[in-house]
Amino acid sequence: MVKEKKKSPDRPDNTAFTQQRLPAWQPILSAGIVIPGFVLIGLAFIGIGVGLFITSRDIQVLEMDYTGTEASSDCNKCAITNTKNCMCSLDFNISTLFKGPVFFYYGLTNYFQNHRRYGVSRDDSQLYGDLTNFKDPSTDCKPYRVDSNGKPIVPCGAVANSMFNDTFKLYQNVNGQRNLVPFDGKGIAWWTDYNVKFRNPSVEPLKNAFNDTVKPLFWTRAVYELDFSDPSNNGFLNQDFLVWMRRAALPNFRKLYRRITEGDYKEGLPAGNYTLEISYNYPVLRFDGRKKVVFSNVSWMGGKNDFLGIAYLVIGSLCVVMSMVMLIVYAKFKFPEDN
Amino acid sequence: MSFFGLDCVTKTERELERKLRANDREYNRSFKYATNAIKTSKYNVLTFLPLNLFEQFQRIANAYFLVLLVLQVIPQISSLSWFTTVVPLIFVLTVTAAKDATDDLNRHRSDKRVNNRKVQVLINRKLRSEKWMDVQVGDIIKLENNQFVTADLLLLSSSEPLNLVYIETAELDGETNLKVRQALPVTGDLGDDIEKLADFNGEVRCEPPNNRLDRFTGTLAFAGQKYALDNEKILLRGCTLRNTEWCFGLVLFAGQETKLMQNCGKSTFKRTSVDRLMNVLVLCIFGFLVCMCTILAIGNYIWEINKGSNFTVFLPREDGNNAGFSAFLTFWSYVIILNTVVPISLYVSVEIIRLGNSFYIDWDRKMYHSHSDTPAEARTTTLNEELGQIKYIFSDKTGTLTQNIMIFNKCSINGKSYGDVYDYTGQRLEISEQKDSVDFSFNPLADPRFVFYDHSLVEAVKLENPEVHAFFRLLALCHTVMAGEKKEGELFYQAQSPDEGALVTAARNFGFVFRSRTPDSISIVEMGKQRSYELLAILDFNNVRKRMSVIVRSPEGKLSLYCKGADTIIYERLHQSCSKLMDVTTEHLNEFAGEGLRTLALAYKDLDEEYFSQWKQRHHEASTALDDRESKLDELYEEIEKDLLLLGATAIEDKLQDGVPQTIEELSKADIKIWVLTGDKQETAENIGYSCNLLREEMNEVFIISGHSSDDVREELRNAQTSMKPNAAENPVILSEEAGEGVKLIKDEVVNGEYGLVINGHSLAFALERSMELDFLRTACMCKSVICCRVTPLQKAQVVELVKRYKRAVTLAIGDGANDVSMIKAAHIGVGISGQEGMQAVLSSDYSFAQFRFLQRLLLVHGRWSYLRMCKFLRYFFYKNFTFTFVHFWFAFFCGFSAQTVYDEWFITLYNLMYTALPVLGMSLFDQDVNDVWSFQHPQLYVPGQLNLYFSKKAFFKCAIHSCYSSLVLFFIPYAALHDTVRDDGKDMADYQSFALLTQTCLLFAVSIQLGLEMSYWTAVNTFFVLGSLVMYFVVTFTMYSNGMFLLLPSAFPFIGSARNSLNQPNVWLTIVLTSILCVLPVVTYRFLLIQLCPTINDKVMFKVRQAKATPPPPPRRARIRRSSTRRSGYAFSHAQGYGDLVTSGRFLRRPAISLSSGFSQVGRAATGFSPMGRSAGYSPTGRPQNLKVPDVEVTSLQMYRTITDPSL
Repeated sequence: MVKEKKKSPDRPDNTAFTQQRLPAWQPILSAGIVIPGFVLIGLAFIGIGVGLFITSRDIQVLEMDYTGTEASSDCNKCAITNTKNCMCSLDFNISTLFKGPVFFYYGLTNYFQNHRRYGVSRDDSQLYGDLTNFKDPSTDCKPYRVDSNGKPIVPCGAVANSMFNDTFKLYQNVNGQRNLVPFDGKGIAWWTDYNVKFRNPSVEPLKNAFNDTVKPLFWTRAVYELDFSDPSNNGFLNQDFLVWMRRAALPNFRKLYRRITEGDYKEGLPAGNYTLEISYNYPVLRFDGRKKVVFSNVSWMGGKNDFLGIAYLVIGSLCVVMSMVMLIVYAKFKFPEDN
Repeated sequence: MSFFGLDCVTKTERELERKLRANDREYNRSFKYATNAIKTSKYNVLTFLPLNLFEQFQRIANAYFLVLLVLQVIPQISSLSWFTTVVPLIFVLTVTAAKDATDDLNRHRSDKRVNNRKVQVLINRKLRSEKWMDVQVGDIIKLENNQFVTADLLLLSSSEPLNLVYIETAELDGETNLKVRQALPVTGDLGDDIEKLADFNGEVRCEPPNNRLDRFTGTLAFAGQKYALDNEKILLRGCTLRNTEWCFGLVLFAGQETKLMQNCGKSTFKRTSVDRLMNVLVLCIFGFLVCMCTILAIGNYIWEINKGSNFTVFLPREDGNNAGFSAFLTFWSYVIILNTVVPISLYVSVEIIRLGNSFYIDWDRKMYHSHSDTPAEARTTTLNEELGQIKYIFSDKTGTLTQNIMIFNKCSINGKSYGDVYDYTGQRLEISEQKDSVDFSFNPLADPRFVFYDHSLVEAVKLENPEVHAFFRLLALCHTVMAGEKKEGELFYQAQSPDEGALVTAARNFGFVFRSRTPDSISIVEMGKQRSYELLAILDFNNVRKRMSVIVRSPEGKLSLYCKGADTIIYERLHQSCSKLMDVTTEHLNEFAGEGLRTLALAYKDLDEEYFSQWKQRHHEASTALDDRESKLDELYEEIEKDLLLLGATAIEDKLQDGVPQTIEELSKADIKIWVLTGDKQETAENIGYSCNLLREEMNEVFIISGHSSDDVREELRNAQTSMKPNAAENPVILSEEAGEGVKLIKDEVVNGEYGLVINGHSLAFALERSMELDFLRTACMCKSVICCRVTPLQKAQVVELVKRYKRAVTLAIGDGANDVSMIKAAHIGVGISGQEGMQAVLSSDYSFAQFRFLQRLLLVHGRWSYLRMCKFLRYFFYKNFTFTFVHFWFAFFCGFSAQTVYDEWFITLYNLMYTALPVLGMSLFDQDVNDVWSFQHPQLYVPGQLNLYFSKKAFFKCAIHSCYSSLVLFFIPYAALHDTVRDDGKDMADYQSFALLTQTCLLFAVSIQLGLEMSYWTAVNTFFVLGSLVMYFVVTFTMYSNGMFLLLPSAFPFIGSARNSLNQPNVWLTIVLTSILCVLPVVTYRFLLIQLCPTINDKVMFKVRQAKATPPPPPRRARIRRSSTRRSGYAFSHAQGYGDLVTSGRFLRRPAISLSSGFSQVGRAATGFSPMGRSAGYSPTGRPQNLKVPDVEVTSLQMYRTITDPSL
């Protein structure tokens, strides 16, 4: 009786979408997928893990603490007296060639660069060379926004204020003679930091931009005269400053100080005795911090890190074991086929 | 008019008695009664914003985010920028406000439409057309045929004899038959004389406004006399005047004070059980949040004491901030950071998902009824997932299970059964629409809509078989139907009950056309010959007699008594000579009853003239007797209705809607209990119970509770319990006190065998009393199906409330009439049958569609999917946000509890809005474990929803554990991988920004893969959403960290370059892979083992689907369900009491008639314009055109007011 009447506007459209008939892929966790999947993942992980482990094993790392809490340490004198420009040295020995390029890091522990109040205490606009923020730094910088006279601090904020200021010189002792190992301090900061994020105000000479401002309270030198040897390495574009300003994620961290890429040491640090001369300025004892220096070389996967390789190996093996367990369970308690 | 949209009417002391005087506005105004204007809207232009915001902030979530916002503005606390909260909050508030505004606009419109209706009011001695809203208490108004009653009126006079009016009350109580109201003679005399009416100054004292539809008490003082007023003289707003040319009424209650409006009540805001669970969980989460923040604050305190105090060289404290104060600030800072455990986007997403799933319902072609052009409609968009958890269905009968159409289906005449069609081999054929039906063209007066398939009956008529003729003659004579004839030969009948109409129509088509009646005669056309029978008496129908008879004198002068009634009753009164015929007919009756047909036995007897005149004399005496009139009349009737000769039996089909038995069977397979609550009689209800498969012959027992006293009912209930569970009496009702909530719950009890319960309205009243309700509920829940008959609308709601109160179960009520409104509102989900005349049920319902059978699809497909999707969504959403948040918690231990976020602020803002919003929405809009065909095939798939298996406190707890694991992986793997490592060019990589980037990338990968694991239905859209979101993440991240963005706003985008510098490192990617795999592997293992070791029904079906692959099972056979026949009394007559005395008033009327000069010969005229339709006493032999949509139906949210413009109906 019902003839094809003229289509009513109330009649719902017959589309796959409105009728919920969209074509779809309906995967289920069947034994045919899960068990081989586990085996495959397991094998792949073991493969990657072995590769990572071997790579990481070949990376050389030399880490030395120079905090100077122990009386035996040469730096003990600096640590307890807290005199200015205290110099101490650290002797060490390298038994085999430390393959180059060698990277030289300083490390701090128990240091909370990742504290929220510490982290926000900076003014990115100021660091970008915005002169209005020179005169009136962002309130984020509190309590290092202005000095006691109300003069603005540039660069303001806790991060800049607490910049690491120990300096190092490395000598190789060859036959009682000290050869200075040349440090390369160029390009140790991120390219983006150096070229984009930080910028000196375009004022010549740079010093004039800082009129009516004061240097951070802890600093001995103003930011525009951080490096006497290289005038271009001053202001906010000072490499050490840039490295420091990239705050660490965790309370124990290391930061790149110099690279050893030049002269006789291009191929690495040869075996022998070395002396590290430290200008010990940075106080860490108050908060139980440690100061370290680290020599390391890198591979395609970066610095030495055994964790990844081991983790891959463990998880890969677990996958294989689980696939066995699943296979047994599947064979034994096989899904009841009849309903 | 209140300007602010608020009711400025100050609450005066409660009205104790209403006093009013007709035609005296001054006097009536002094009482400050409500005018007839109604207002259902909530806001106006000025109040909208403040009121709406006030309402919105009453929602706990919104208030919470407001508090958060305030916290974020405090610089010492603010650990996140303000925009992370403001953007989502404003979005949510705007969307909700827009929705509320449109809703209210619609209400304004419908109010306006109703208030501006016109009615004739007697003002200053003239009839004037006034708007409804200007009608006042004490006004006299004139109503015309088919008009809606404007307010609650005292009927003064009418155009009909005896000052009767006919009204249809379907909108009020859902009763199907026309009702009669009669004015007091003293006011009836006013007639339509405007002068007299204007002089009428009667004073009414009556009850204050209330919501009792069935009662009214008051007095009318007029001309020094007092008259009692009762419900019989009152016309209530919401009724429709039928079959009455005009009437005058005095307004007693107007507007909000009418009984209809008092009954409307406030529709309560419905929430789903998932909503309620979510609220509990959100509170738990708040508690948990406070715990975490407290732990972190304590951590901060310890850190400040041990380390922070020494670290002040580099990080000095602000003035005067000691460790304690710092911890205090930290607490609030962490409240802000960890707020993502309850993100505002949860609420928005839930609403979007529900909206989307509601649209699917609107769009579903399989729930579209092409016949009435009615699509299904989700009127409430917030209850979808509840549809997947229904445990109890309360269904109306008339119009819901049945079409309210009676069809003359079969008959047995003189021992021969007609109505079935056989093929050559004698096999009974299924009757379908394609079968050629009997051609009635020989009869010009035949009703073209009547369809009959058995040709042998019409042959028998044509062969002038005397029994067949007598049979149809009886049907044409013995009834109280009134006929109308607009044009020559265009007959239409108006019957009190559809059954009677069907019988008379059958007779009409078989050549015995009932043409017209006067109080003392009936004209019929017998096989083309006009004959007039003298109507001597109507021995009317009532519930005790269960039969009616007429005594007529044929044109030839022969006196006969024709009787039809319930077979058991008739059989007792038959002459012995019929015994053989009785046996055969009994067999046929059994067969008919077995098919669920409503049967009547027909008998006649020729009367002796002398005896009759003597009987008539006694009858006259009895009917004028002052005492004991009823029983005297009964005796007389009893005396004359004996030694009858059996003619045969009729079988009327109370036509079920399509697919009702199948739907009920399917739903009961899904473990849904169906209770039928009907206003109909017990026999009818039982009959329908059998025919729609609710009650079955195989059932061990069907208990019938019909006690008339509290003790009887209790006894009957106890007996039923004992026979179902012999030791039931020993252990008292099992109640489990829910800890903390103090809610008593009745557990489901298992009984052996299947039982049914039928309970009568009067017994139900006792059963619902406090002391017995548990007994009743317990008994009812032990039974497979329950039928409550003769229940009032209020009782329907009470039954629903009872189940809601003591059962932790989701209820659904389905109905089509105004009498179902209370139950629809009371149940968790209300479903209205649309596409028919009455709209009130639909208007108060949450879902509506045209056919009962769509319920199956609504629940088993849409409901199940909605529930599944919602649960998956919630589980996943909590997982992804907990994981996101917990990482902060772990990081706190490494950053001095300083409320440092792990991720970039932009990532935090966009995580829920952008990166994970679409994939999870895609899953919750498209996911389906098995398709609809399989859902029907395995109704058991519905059961987990009833048991709340997919999302519960336990599932939530599992989510939290899972998140905890994932967050540990997500924090410590990057931690270990990055710790002390450097880039491949020796530069630093363990800086905060690289770590943040690495962690957030890992997180996004992990949650995306987890989503992939949850999703069982990957459409192209899903794939696009998931991959798109990942791509989007990288695009946005690289953009945010680009030079350009930094140059634009240096302080807003400090992460410049991190992406470029980290994501080119192989160990970063190795870490991402490791983290993602490690997050997912245990889940896969667990699930795989779970499926193998203890598969759920879903797993089994999905497995089966996979095996069956592209070949879905054939749809279940749609066979007509036949049962073995057992004798049941199923006699037709859906009304309780005939109005034979009205038909014949003046002759046997107990009340002496006043003016009956023209008698009822004008009934036909009076009936012009009356359309027998829908729930009125309409009937159609075929049923098709009757229940179709009435054109131009105007609908308001309060009343169903229609303007019928189609005269052809």
